[in-house]
Amino acid sequence: MMRSSSNREYSTVAKVSGPLIVVHRISDVAYGEVAEIRLPSGEKRLGQVLEARKDLAVVQVFGGTRDLDTDITSVRFTGSSLKMAASEEMLGRVLDGAARPLDAGEGVIPEVMLDIHGYPLNPYSRDFPRDFIETGISCVDGMNTLVRGQKLPIFSGAGLPHNQLAAQITRQARVLGEEEEFAVIFAAMGITHEEGNFFVREFQNTGALARTVIFLNLADDPVIERIITPRLALTAAEFFAFEKDMHVLVILTDMTNYCEALREIAASREEVPGRRGYPGYMYTDLASIYERAGRIRGKTGSITQMPILTMPDDDITHPIPDLTGYITEGQIVLSRDLHRKGIYPPIDVLPCLSRLMQGGIGPERTREDHPDVNTQLYAAYARGRRLQSLVAVVGEEGLSTIDRQYLGFSDRFEEDFVTQDYTVGRSIEETLDTAWSLLSLLPESELKRIDRDLIARYRPKTEGERRA
Amino acid sequence: MIEEGTIVMVTGPVVTADSMTGSRMYELVKVGHEQLIGEIIELEGDIATIQVYEETTGIKPGEPVVGTGMSLSVELGPGLLGTIYDGIQRPLPLLHDECGFFIRRGIQVPSLDRQRSWEFTPVAGAGDAVGPGDELGRVAETKTISHRILVPPGMEGTVVEIAPAGRYTIEDVIARVKGGRDIEPVCMMHRWPVRKSRPFREKLEPKVPLITGQRVIDTFFSMAKGGTAAVPGPFGSGKTVVQQQLAKWVDADIIVYVGCGERGNEMADVLREFPGLEDPRTGEPLMKRTVLIANTSNMPVAAREASVYTGITIAEYYRDMGYDVALMADSTSRWAEALREISGRLEEMPGEEGYPAYLASRLADFYERAGKVLTLGREGRSGSVSVIGAVSPPGGDFSEPVTQNTLRIAKVFWALDADLANRRHFPAINWLESYSLYGGEVSEWWHERMGGDWDALRKRMMGILQKESELEEIVQLVGPDVLPDADKLVLLEAEIIRESFLFQNAFHAVDTFCSPVRQYRMMHILHRFDELAHHALTAGAGFEKINDLPVRSSIARMARIPDDTYEGVYGEIEEEMRVQFSRISPPGTGGRDGMVVDE
Repeated sequence: MMRSSSNREYSTVAKVSGPLIVVHRISDVAYGEVAEIRLPSGEKRLGQVLEARKDLAVVQVFGGTRDLDTDITSVRFTGSSLKMAASEEMLGRVLDGAARPLDAGEGVIPEVMLDIHGYPLNPYSRDFPRDFIETGISCVDGMNTLVRGQKLPIFSGAGLPHNQLAAQITRQARVLGEEEEFAVIFAAMGITHEEGNFFVREFQNTGALARTVIFLNLADDPVIERIITPRLALTAAEFFAFEKDMHVLVILTDMTNYCEALREIAASREEVPGRRGYPGYMYTDLASIYERAGRIRGKTGSITQMPILTMPDDDITHPIPDLTGYITEGQIVLSRDLHRKGIYPPIDVLPCLSRLMQGGIGPERTREDHPDVNTQLYAAYARGRRLQSLVAVVGEEGLSTIDRQYLGFSDRFEEDFVTQDYTVGRSIEETLDTAWSLLSLLPESELKRIDRDLIARYRPKTEGERRA
Repeated sequence: MIEEGTIVMVTGPVVTADSMTGSRMYELVKVGHEQLIGEIIELEGDIATIQVYEETTGIKPGEPVVGTGMSLSVELGPGLLGTIYDGIQRPLPLLHDECGFFIRRGIQVPSLDRQRSWEFTPVAGAGDAVGPGDELGRVAETKTISHRILVPPGMEGTVVEIAPAGRYTIEDVIARVKGGRDIEPVCMMHRWPVRKSRPFREKLEPKVPLITGQRVIDTFFSMAKGGTAAVPGPFGSGKTVVQQQLAKWVDADIIVYVGCGERGNEMADVLREFPGLEDPRTGEPLMKRTVLIANTSNMPVAAREASVYTGITIAEYYRDMGYDVALMADSTSRWAEALREISGRLEEMPGEEGYPAYLASRLADFYERAGKVLTLGREGRSGSVSVIGAVSPPGGDFSEPVTQNTLRIAKVFWALDADLANRRHFPAINWLESYSLYGGEVSEWWHERMGGDWDALRKRMMGILQKESELEEIVQLVGPDVLPDADKLVLLEAEIIRESFLFQNAFHAVDTFCSPVRQYRMMHILHRFDELAHHALTAGAGFEKINDLPVRSSIARMARIPDDTYEGVYGEIEEEMRVQFSRISPPGTGGRDGMVVDE
C-alpha cells in the first residue's frame, strides 16, 4: 500500500455508518475541512468534516461509504475547504456531480480555485433586480414576470412536464433590447438518465450547449454527492456572472432529491429531526443555495435561478416546497388537473407568484397596462375558477348572467392564454393583447382594477359596441 | 476578567471550549485565531458552549477562546438613524468597504461612526442634580429627530461639568457627573446589553391608534401605539409587503426594521426605495427615520437569533427619549428556528416540533419589551415601542408552536390567507379570522377626531361581511340565483366592501396610503349605498336594478382618486348614488319613504 507524504493521513476509522465515518486518534483537524478517503481497493473519495474534536472527526463521504472498512481504509485531511477549479473553458462541458468530466475532454484547467460554499452576499451590496426577462410563456411573462437576478422555482409533481417547461424557458429567455444570450448552468441531482439526456439533447439541438455547463448527478450516482452538486453549479455561476460579467441562468433539478440526501445525512448523525424527519436546519441549508442569486452593484453580470422540485404527493405544504417558497422570490406551480385536461404548459396561475414582478413591469419596462391587466386577470380567473366548482353542484342554470360570463372567460383563459405550443414563444405584446381579447368577454364595468384611461386605449371593441 | 480557554469541539455554529473557569453565561467571547464573535450559552464545570455569530469553517480544536467580560451589547448614540446593520450591529456599508460584496469573517468595525461630529446643545447646567433618564443635552440627528442625550440608567449625582454648545464626536466627554465619591464622564454614546430590557418608570395603557394608512388594519383591526401584533401567513400571502407597507406609512417617529432570516433582494428593495420615499408627516426621506437590521437567510444562524434583540434594544433607546417607535420583525419564525437549531446542537430535550421547551418564554420576553411607557427622568416623557412580528408557519398551519405561542402574547392578530392571496386580494388579511383587542381603546380617538358613528359604521360593515360568509355556504349548495333579494343585496354589498375598501393596492401611487379621514369618508359612502339600497329594495325596486347601477363602477375606483381631488369626487359619487337610486325606485314609493330622494 502506498504511503502518502502527508503526516495527516490516518487509518483509524472507528465507525462507518450511512454516509458518515468517524475517525479516531487524530489531531489538528478543522471543521469543514476536506478529507480524501482511500479505500482498500485504492479508489479515492472525497469527504468533509462535519464535527471536529480534539482527537476525533466525523466525516461525510461524498462518494458514499460502500466498500469502506475500519481496518485498511485511510483518511487524509487536506487542510483546505472544498474548492472547485473554475475556468471559462468550462462552457460547453458535461461534468459529473462532483465536477469531473463526463465528456471526452480533459479536466478543467483552473483559472482560479473557488470555495464551493461561497460567502454570504452583503445585502447592502446587492442591486435590486428589475430587468424583465421575456420567457415567451404567457403565464410567466404576463402574470408572474421573471426578472434578471431572481430565483423563481417550478413546483411540479411526478409525471408533469416541468422538464419541457424548463427547457422551453431556457431556449426562449431573452432580455428586451439586448442581443446577449444567457449562459446556462445546469445541475441535475438524482434525475434519471433519460431526463439527463433530454436536457443534453435539448441544449445540443438549440445550439445552447456552447454556452452551457452541465453538472450531472444521476439517480444511480452517489446520493451524498448531491449535497455538493448545486454548490459546484452556483460557484461556477458566480464565476461567470461576477468575474466574467455574464448573465447566467441556473437550473437546479430536482431539489427534492437534494433534500432527501440532506435528510439521510441528518438521520445517520442521529440529529433531532424537524418536520417529517427533515433536519431543523433545512431552511438555512436551502437558503445557502437559493440566496446565491441576484445582482451586485457595479457589476454587469447576474445570476437568475430556476430550481425545479417535485412536490411529494403534489402537496405544496410539504416541507420541501414550503421552505423553498419561503426563500425564493415566488413560484411557478404546475397542476395535475390542467395536465389531465391536456393543457400545456399546465401552469396553475392562482398559487403562482413573482415577488419581484412589480419592479420589472410597467411603462418603459414592458407596457403601461401590464400591472393593471395582471391584477384584473387574476381577479377574473379566480372568480371563474370558483364558479367552475359551483357549477358542478348547481348547474349553469343556477348562475346569473354575469357569472356565466366569468365562467366563459375562465375556460377561454385556459384555452387561449395558458395553452401554448412547446415550440412557440409569445412576445410580451402578444401576451398582453391576448389578455385584452379575453377581458373583452366581460362587460367593461367589470374591469374594476384597470384604470379607465387604459381601458379606453387598449380594450378592443366588441361587435355590439362597434355597431353602436 | 479576561479568560483564555481552548476549543475542544466544533460543529457548525456551536463551539465547545474548556479551561473557561471565570466565564459568565451570555458573555461575549472571541473564538479562534480569527477572533470570531461568539456568546456563551451553556456552562458546565470549566467547559463552555459557545454560539458563534460567524461562519466556523476552518476552525480547529486547540485554537484559543478569549473572554471579553462583556455581554453582547449594542452601541447607542447619534448616528443610528438611516443605517443598515447586520444582526450584531455591524454597519453593512462598512463591511462592504472592508471586504467587498461578500461578507468575510473576523471583521470588526465600529457600530457608530467615531469620527463624525455632532452639534451638541447642553440642556442641563453645572450643579444640577440628575438621575437616570434626565436630559443633559440635545443633538439634531435629522431635521425632525432631536436626539436627547440622557443620563444613562444606573448613574445618579450632580453635574459638575457640562460641555458648551459645539461639535463633538460620540466619544468626547460632554458631561461629568459626581455621584458619591466618583466623578463619572458621560459621552454621547453608551453600550447596553441586548438581552436586557431598558428600564422605565411605568407602563401605560396603549390608547392611541398606530395609524398605518391600510384600511383593513386601521378600520377593522387597529394597532395601538405601544401594542403588539402578529402577522402569520403562508409563503406568498404578503407578509413582507404588509411589513414594508407599515414600515413606510405608520405614524411612528422611528422605525426599526429587522429582516431576520429573510431574502437579500428584499433588503436591497428597502434600501433602494426608502431613501426616495417621503415621510407623509414630515416630508423627509423615510430612510432618515429608519434603522435597518438585516440578517438575511444565508448569513450566520446565531446572528439571526441576536438580530431581534439588537433591534428592540435600539427601539427602547429611542422610546426613552420620548418617541413613538415601531419595530417590524420579519420573520420571528426564523428567529425561533435559529433557537431550535442551536438547541438541537446542544442536544437539549426537544419540545413541540423540535423547538426547545423555552420557546414560549423567549417569545413572551421579547414581546413584553413592547409597550407605552412613562420614561425615567424628571420630565416624565412618554414613549412607546410597538412590535409587529411576522410569523411564517410551515405549510400555513396556524396550529404550529411559534404561531400559537405568539398569539398568546400579541394583542392584534392579522391572519393572512393563501386563498385571498391567490385571488390577488391584498392585503390578504382574513377579516373573519383576524382580531384586535385594542378596538375599544382606540375608538375614543376616532370618535374625537372623526365622528361619533365610527364604531357603529365599522360594525355594520363587518356585519355584512359576516353575513356574506354564512350565505356563501348556502350558495355552495343551491347556487346564488334562488336567494331572496335581501340576501342577494348582502352578497353585493359585501363584494363592494371587499373590492373598494378592503382591497388596497400597495403598488399604486395613491392607494398605497389612505389617511384616516379618507377611510372614514369611504365608510360613509358605503354606508350611504347600504341605506339607499335597502330603501330601494323595500320600495320594490328589485335587486337586479340595484345590481346594474353604474355608480358601482365609480365606487369601485374611489380608492384611487388622487388625494387632492378626492373630496370633490366623493361628493359627486354621493350625488350620483342619490340620482340613480331615485330613478330605480318605483314612482310614488320613494316619496312615501321620504328618505330615499330627499336629503
